[in-house]
Amino acid sequence: MKKKLPPVQIIPLGDAAVIVQFGEIISPAIHAWVKAFAEKIAQHPFSGFVEMVPAYTTVTIHYNAWVVSQEGKYNPYDEVVGFIQHQLANLTPGHKNKPRPVEIPVCYGGDFGPDLDFVADHNHLTPAEVIALHAGGHYLVYMIGFAPGFPYLGGMSNKIATPRKKTPRTTIPAGSVGIAGTQTGIYPLSTPGGWQLIGRTPLALFNPDREPASLLQAGDLIKFVPITVARYAEIKQRENEY
Amino acid sequence: MSIKILSPGLLTTIQDTGRIGHRKEGIILSGAMDSLALRLANLLVGNPEQAAALEITLTGPKILFQENCLLALTGANLNPKINGCPVKMWRPVMVRAGSILAFGKPVLGSRTYLAVAGSFHIPKILGSYATYLKAGIGGFNGRALQTGDSIPGNWPAPAVAPIWRSLEKKPAPNGFAEVNWRLGSSFYPTLVPNPVIRALKGPEYEWFAPDSQKAFWELPFSLTNQSDRMGYRLKGPALNLLKEKELLSSAVTFGTVQVPAQGQPIVLMADHQTTGGYPRLAQVITADFSLLAQVQPGAKIQYKEINLPEAQGLLLAQEKRMNHLKNILSLKFKT
Repeated sequence: MKKKLPPVQIIPLGDAAVIVQFGEIISPAIHAWVKAFAEKIAQHPFSGFVEMVPAYTTVTIHYNAWVVSQEGKYNPYDEVVGFIQHQLANLTPGHKNKPRPVEIPVCYGGDFGPDLDFVADHNHLTPAEVIALHAGGHYLVYMIGFAPGFPYLGGMSNKIATPRKKTPRTTIPAGSVGIAGTQTGIYPLSTPGGWQLIGRTPLALFNPDREPASLLQAGDLIKFVPITVARYAEIKQRENEY
Repeated sequence: MSIKILSPGLLTTIQDTGRIGHRKEGIILSGAMDSLALRLANLLVGNPEQAAALEITLTGPKILFQENCLLALTGANLNPKINGCPVKMWRPVMVRAGSILAFGKPVLGSRTYLAVAGSFHIPKILGSYATYLKAGIGGFNGRALQTGDSIPGNWPAPAVAPIWRSLEKKPAPNGFAEVNWRLGSSFYPTLVPNPVIRALKGPEYEWFAPDSQKAFWELPFSLTNQSDRMGYRLKGPALNLLKEKELLSSAVTFGTVQVPAQGQPIVLMADHQTTGGYPRLAQVITADFSLLAQVQPGAKIQYKEINLPEAQGLLLAQEKRMNHLKNILSLKFKT
C-alpha cells in the first residue's frame, strides 16, 4: 500500500533557512515522512545546502543564499523551494528503511536513580514495576535538541508519568535517565534540571571525538536495558578507553 | 608567533564562522556573534575568512605579543591601545615582539575581533575552532581565555609576506606600525548606539494579537543585562498571542525573535539552542547581524519590517562586496 503524502507547508525561517512541515501533531506516522524527507535530502543535497534539523513534524534546511543564487544570478529562496518540491514529489515514507534499533543500558535506582521511589509512590507502583514499564517500552527518537545529543523521545507509558521536581537540582550527572511529565529522556551533559531521575546509563550520548558526536539520531528506536552496578562500571570503563 | 593573556577581560573567546553541520545532533552553531567583522579581520591579515580569531567583549583583555605579529582589529571600537598608544582599526598592523595590546572604555559596539596573520594553532573540534562554552569544547581548551594562557599561532599566509616585510621596515616608535589605508566603509555597517534592525515576519507571526504585531514594529525594545552569546532578552511592550497555543519544538536560528509566555521577546544569537518551542514572531535579516551583535546593554533596538526578496538582496549584495574585497586585498598585499 502506498501511503499518501500529507499536505506539506514550506515556510521561510529568515533569509537563510526554510521549514518543511509535514503536520502539526506528534505521531510516528508524520515522523516517518520527516525521516524519509531528511534521508532524501541527505542523499541528494543541493549546491548551497548547509545542514538540516529534523524535528517532530518538520525538517528545517539551512542554506547559503550566496551559493544557492549562483553568486547573485537567481532568487535563492525560489531555488531552494523548487529543489524541495522536486524532492517531495515521489517521496515514500521510510517503511523500507526500518528505524535503527539502539539499546541503552541503564542502572536503575540507588545513587543513580534517587527519584525511583518517588516515581513509584506517585504512581502507586513498586520500584520494580516502574523499571519493568520503563524498560519494557520502545521509544522513537523524534529529534535531537536542547543539548548536544539530547533525544526527545516518544512512547513512554502514562503509568509512570510524574511531574517535574518542584525545586530543580543544581547538577544532574551526565547519563542520567529521567522522567518529566509524560516524557522520558537522557541527560548527555551534566546540567541543572528538574527531571525525576530513575537511573543512569554508562554510555556517552555526546562525544566530540566521535563521528557522529551524538550517539542517537532522529528516527532511531531505542530500548532501555536494566543493568547492575557492576555492569555499569564495566561499560563505563570501556567507554572511557574508547 | 604566540600571544600571552595578561588579563582576560570580561569574555574573550576564540571563535570562527561556526560549527556548521552538527545542529541535527543538538550541537549549537557557536562562532562569532558578529561573523562579518570576524571575516573582515581575517581577510585583512591574509587568513581564510572563516579562520579562528579572538572575540573580545566590552571590557577588553591585555595581550602580550611574544613575537612580531601582523594583526587586524574590527567590529566594536573598544578603545584599543598598543603600549599605551591608540592603534587604528580596520587595517593590517605590525606589532613588535614584547608589545602589549590593551583596551579602554567601550566607545561604540560590544565586540571587537582580533585576527592574527596565520591564525591560532589550536585543534579543530567537529570541524570548527569555535568555543562552545557550555559543552566545554573548541577554542582554547573549551573555555574563555584566562590570565596566563599562551596561545600559539601558525605561519602567516605567503600572500602577506610583502606587506609584513614593508611594515617591519617602517619605524615603530611605539612598538607598532600601521598601513596608511583602511578598509572602505561600504564593507561594514555604520554602528550607532540605538540601531534600526530589519526583520522578516516569523513563522508564527499571525499567532500574535494585531496590537502586539504593531507594537513590535513601532516601539523600541531595550537590551537587558540578561543578554549573552546565547540570546538577547529584550524589554519593551508586552507581546501577546491572540489565543494560547502550544508550539511543537522545531528549529530556530541566529536572529530568531521568539516570545515566551511572559511576553518579552528573546533574540537568539550565536550560542542559541538548535530547537525551540516558543512562537517565532520575527527573524532578523542576516545583513543586520553585525548591528545586532554590536548593541550594548541598555541600548534600544527599533525593528523595521522588510520582505524576503529584499532581505536576500541585501545578503547577496554583502557577499558580492566580500568577493570584491578579496580581489582588492590580494592587490594591496603585493605592495
